Amino acid sequence: MLGTFEYFVDQAINGITLGAIYGLIAIGYTLVYGIVGMINFAHGEIFMIGAFVSIIAFLTLGFLGLTWVPLALLLVLVATMLLTAVYGWALERFAYRPLRRSPRLAALITAIGMSIFLQNYVQLLQGARNKPLQQVIGGGFEIMREGDYVVTLSYLQIFILLLTVVLMAVFTLVIGRTALGREQRACEQDRDMASLLGVNVDRTISLTFVMGAVLASVAGLVFLLNYGVIDFYIGFLAGIKAFTAAVLGGIGSVPGAMLGGLLIGLIEALWSGYFTVEYKDVAAFSILVLVLIFRPTGLLGTPDVEKV
Amino acid sequence: MTDATAPPPSAPGPFHVRGALKEAGLAAFVMLGLSLALIGARIDDVSGGLAVRWRPFDVLAAVVVAFLGRLGLAFLRAGRPAPVALASGLSCAALAPLLAVSATGGGAADWARTALPFSGFAVNVLVLVVVVVLALRAGLAWRFGARAGARARAGAPGAETMDRLASVARRAAVHAVPVLLLAAVLFPFLPFADRRILDIAILVVTYVMLGWGLNIVVGLAGLLDLGYVAFYAVGAYAYALLATEMGLGFWLCLPFAGVMAALAGVLLGFPVLRLRGDYLAIVTLGFGEMIRIVLLNWYEVTNGPDGISGIPKPTFFGLPFVRSPPEGTESFHTFFGLAYAPIDRIVFLYYVILAMALITNQFTLRIRKLPVGRAWEALREDETASRSLGINPRNTKLTAFGIGAMFAGFAGSFFATRQGFISPESFVFIESAVILAIVVLGGMGSQVGVVLAAVLLIGLPEIFRDLQEFRMLAFGATMVLIMTWRPRGLLAHREPTIRLSGKGAVRR
Repeated sequence: MLGTFEYFVDQAINGITLGAIYGLIAIGYTLVYGIVGMINFAHGEIFMIGAFVSIIAFLTLGFLGLTWVPLALLLVLVATMLLTAVYGWALERFAYRPLRRSPRLAALITAIGMSIFLQNYVQLLQGARNKPLQQVIGGGFEIMREGDYVVTLSYLQIFILLLTVVLMAVFTLVIGRTALGREQRACEQDRDMASLLGVNVDRTISLTFVMGAVLASVAGLVFLLNYGVIDFYIGFLAGIKAFTAAVLGGIGSVPGAMLGGLLIGLIEALWSGYFTVEYKDVAAFSILVLVLIFRPTGLLGTPDVEKV
Repeated sequence: MTDATAPPPSAPGPFHVRGALKEAGLAAFVMLGLSLALIGARIDDVSGGLAVRWRPFDVLAAVVVAFLGRLGLAFLRAGRPAPVALASGLSCAALAPLLAVSATGGGAADWARTALPFSGFAVNVLVLVVVVVLALRAGLAWRFGARAGARARAGAPGAETMDRLASVARRAAVHAVPVLLLAAVLFPFLPFADRRILDIAILVVTYVMLGWGLNIVVGLAGLLDLGYVAFYAVGAYAYALLATEMGLGFWLCLPFAGVMAALAGVLLGFPVLRLRGDYLAIVTLGFGEMIRIVLLNWYEVTNGPDGISGIPKPTFFGLPFVRSPPEGTESFHTFFGLAYAPIDRIVFLYYVILAMALITNQFTLRIRKLPVGRAWEALREDETASRSLGINPRNTKLTAFGIGAMFAGFAGSFFATRQGFISPESFVFIESAVILAIVVLGGMGSQVGVVLAAVLLIGLPEIFRDLQEFRMLAFGATMVLIMTWRPRGLLAHREPTIRLSGKGAVRR
């Protein structure tokens, strides 16, 4: 069974699903890093908050008696995006904006502080116990069969992949084609010059954080649907993995973040499938180190030109 | 880079009520978004799954507090502190007793709880803190007129005061250091130093030592290390394994643990030290996690999540601290003819870690003046320029990484011997973050700042251990507040380590 092609496909599907989650979070890291030049360490917590808002929204809808799944999903998606975006905005406004012209280490420490704060804030408000959710999207269809071993592609996985692809497309268009995206790219290149040319830098940076939070909240929802259980601590590891993915893909590059996310997800899933589950994180970090040694700017990153 | 976060304070202008109301409305709206899901609904376990318990009044209270708070701030900024001072002072006077009563037991507490705006105790405390800060600001502005108001408006009240304080501290350091040192040495004999206080002091000094060790890597060499706890773990496990498997004593193992940690630092640092800044940070973070995962899963050697227990305590030149030593040997109290007191061992541990920390400090101060120390600082300032001056960046960084790791290894073996039990649980990422926070909050490169930050971040939360659940919340908030208040750290200063003339001048 272990050596069959079917087993590989099964693990690869799991990996791609996981990679979609990492990729969605990683885009937030990469956007913020590109524009402000800081590691937004609290981004993983935004993802966690997204998952909590999702579960609260699901329970509320269940309480109200709304059981038609497509509508419920849509409502939860919208609610999660909106409410988590407020957290992303507030995070930037109150924790990072006062430090924008400070040494970078100060911003990093603030971000770590915010991460600790938000984790404990959610723990205090919602309790430390696991929050399980019943399966929302069940079923799937068989794509391969080898004796007793059946490879299925569940509807949930299809939903996750479609959602990710659509969001990727929308955000690529926003960054590439709209005025907001142009302002973002301008701020990324030279913030002072952009502000001289009439770009509202504060607003652009705020919107960047909001975009990152929206994508992370979707990742939170997807995580909840896929794994069915969340706690206040999920943001830490997912955040680190997603940041690893962003660095792997080349930080500052949106397609790179998605590619990095997919790679990390695949490495993890295949490593757990073929070797040992315990060392999957070691495998992911080792790949990161190897890539950085041979391509210090990541897979799709552009090298920094250093001036003396 | 200058501190240009705040706009220059200007004279109080005309007050636009509509503008203030609009701002306050926006704040209320944001608060609605923040509180709607996480504060307004609590997930509860009920039989057969989860249910949501609603707290609409909490949301309402949060929105009202945000609205009023923002309105008060607008009044303050317009230079009209009087109504704000009155309103916030009155709410303080109403809230504080209610909160105090609600924390006690009995019927009055129930009544007080219903009268408080929020159902969660922590949220009420938070509101009280916000109101107190507002009242203080408004009161100051009222008392001292518009100038104080303008300062409050600049967003960083007292920033200059703190700068002045830092420079005073720097000048006073010459005299203060011996006094502090004496205080640290006499600490165990002070009347209030009971077992609990001494334990906290040992913990604080351990973190001071770790902070000083990391300061070599981050402060001097400018290498952002987010995985420092890995070397702490290597030191702890090195001693624990040598002691339990081979029966070696603490003092014999201590140098070995340091060497092991330094070796780990050099091995890990070798491939990655040519990376810069944040890339290095994430890779070191990855290494930290990797070492923890290996410790967790390598059952044969590390005993996995169960950890290693029964790690022997250190001895005083071969004299153990036990009540009844085995036949034919002596223990500390029999040798010196003292009565047995269990606190002796704690006092001894305190002096051990104090001595280790002071050695770390002395080492750092000395090595800054050696060529390798100067090379670290040169690399931190400009890698390209130092390379063109003939400094080998990789070897120089490796020495910093290795030496920093060595001190973490020493501290780790002390940790193992103090606890008597270690497990991978003790070496999680948050520890690295705390040590880094101590270095940065204190003011990068400032040795006294590290002490201050360690006392603030480790000592205070330990003393308030009863408020267990709010401890980490306050910890995170403190990190954020200190950084926004003083982005360069509490006692930040940049002092040239080499001068051409005067005290500490370079000899040619």
